[in-house]
Amino acid sequence: MVDLSRNSLRRVVVTGLGAVTPLGPDFTSSWDGLVAGRTGVGPLTKIDASLFPCRVAAEVQDFDAGRFLDGKEVRRHDPFTHYAVAAAHMARDDAALHRYTDPQRVGVIIGSGIGGLRTIDVQSRILHSQGPRRVSPFMIPALIADMASGVAAIGLGARGPNFAALTACSSGAHSIGEAYHFLRLGKADAIFAGGTEGSVNAFSIAGFCAMRAVSTAFNDDPARASRPFDADRDGFVVGEGACVLVLETLDHALARGARIYCEVTGYAASCDAHHVTAPVLGGEVLAQTIGDALRESALEPGDVDYVNAHGTSTPYNDLCESNAYKLAFGEEAYRIPISSVKGATGHMLGAAGAFEAAVCARTIVTGIIPPTLNYERPDPACDLNYVPNVAIRREVRVAVSDNLGFGGHNAALVFQKFSPP
Amino acid sequence: MDRENVESRVREIIVKQLNVNAEQVKAESSFLDDLGADSLDLVELVMAFESEFSAEIAGEIPEADAEQLRTVKDVVDYILAKA
Repeated sequence: MVDLSRNSLRRVVVTGLGAVTPLGPDFTSSWDGLVAGRTGVGPLTKIDASLFPCRVAAEVQDFDAGRFLDGKEVRRHDPFTHYAVAAAHMARDDAALHRYTDPQRVGVIIGSGIGGLRTIDVQSRILHSQGPRRVSPFMIPALIADMASGVAAIGLGARGPNFAALTACSSGAHSIGEAYHFLRLGKADAIFAGGTEGSVNAFSIAGFCAMRAVSTAFNDDPARASRPFDADRDGFVVGEGACVLVLETLDHALARGARIYCEVTGYAASCDAHHVTAPVLGGEVLAQTIGDALRESALEPGDVDYVNAHGTSTPYNDLCESNAYKLAFGEEAYRIPISSVKGATGHMLGAAGAFEAAVCARTIVTGIIPPTLNYERPDPACDLNYVPNVAIRREVRVAVSDNLGFGGHNAALVFQKFSPP
Repeated sequence: MDRENVESRVREIIVKQLNVNAEQVKAESSFLDDLGADSLDLVELVMAFESEFSAEIAGEIPEADAEQLRTVKDVVDYILAKA
């Protein structure tokens, strides 16, 4: 029941993490791979790569959707829903959140950049070769981007707020931010929040190749293709997977004796209002977004111990972000360790911001900052500390994560070490 | 056409599409009430019958006919009558 008489803001904490990534079929193996400097980027194998100028990808391997859904359900849903359901179930187990006092106070907000692109690909072939009567009755439910949240809710029995933020590559971050808002306002007790993408398919690779957005210079050496902030970066590597975090109000987490990873203390969202895909290179809009999230947390640039960058490995993104950090943090920008996990995970698109939020949570708990892989040759325009190639140990009390999405969307989140009330 | 042959092909489709055990599929089993199908499953089932029996029933199963196909036996009778 929603108590509308109370209007004080709640504290929001992270109590569970679940993921399926190119580095592993769960969050722990993904994190271990990240810290060890392993890469999930390899040759593009799920489709006939010879057709495309880009022949590298960060594919999810060794994933069995049948562990989380029955055979009929597996057949009905697109891979982006399979990954989301798996990540949500693992997050629930990690949080040990198996029983709810009120299911309508438990929500699911899992964003996706695109939704069921593979389903669109497969069904449009059927439409044009066999006619409309052969199109699957499951096509629409399989492809609509909100379905990951819908299907996950069935398995979780979660009847609270349920939708998907749809902001391309910042969908995961916006979904977590919106979940934080709902909890902060007392409109839910717990929310499974994150992002998902099933993006390694012919339609998506063709589209990103046509945009000249993806790496093509490292087809013979895939492990080096995703190289955020490096001078030789030439585009992102399409990745896939999902990550879900359990966010709870502090009261709810304490009442059930939950283990707390960290606290979410700030969220800001904005739009460049500039171009469909290119960011504002000076970074002014992103910088203000990061500043807003810090102010909501009552923090100064000097308080920031770690920045998890969007760091896609495209020439524009990494320059825009480096400029934004200098504007947002001033001289502190040169001190703060900044890393992008996309050197290892590729660009998991709608899942990226969610996985990166989970990485911030784990960084705060462990004091280990994961590295930026393949940072070899400094770009004079990107001259900050990108934690090259090897993880470092550092106490992290405050971590900032930012993401940008086609459409000009920006999101910034602030995570802090939890201190009991 | 051989009834046994038609029935075994129909059962095979049902087992695959509805993800049920072969033993669950009896002649009188109702797709909706006994085999866990929903309305979207029924549409997909009819499409699968059309593909499997395209040689025998020559083309599509009209909507009005499809609505009458509620059990395994209904389907087998229908295909035998049309063949």
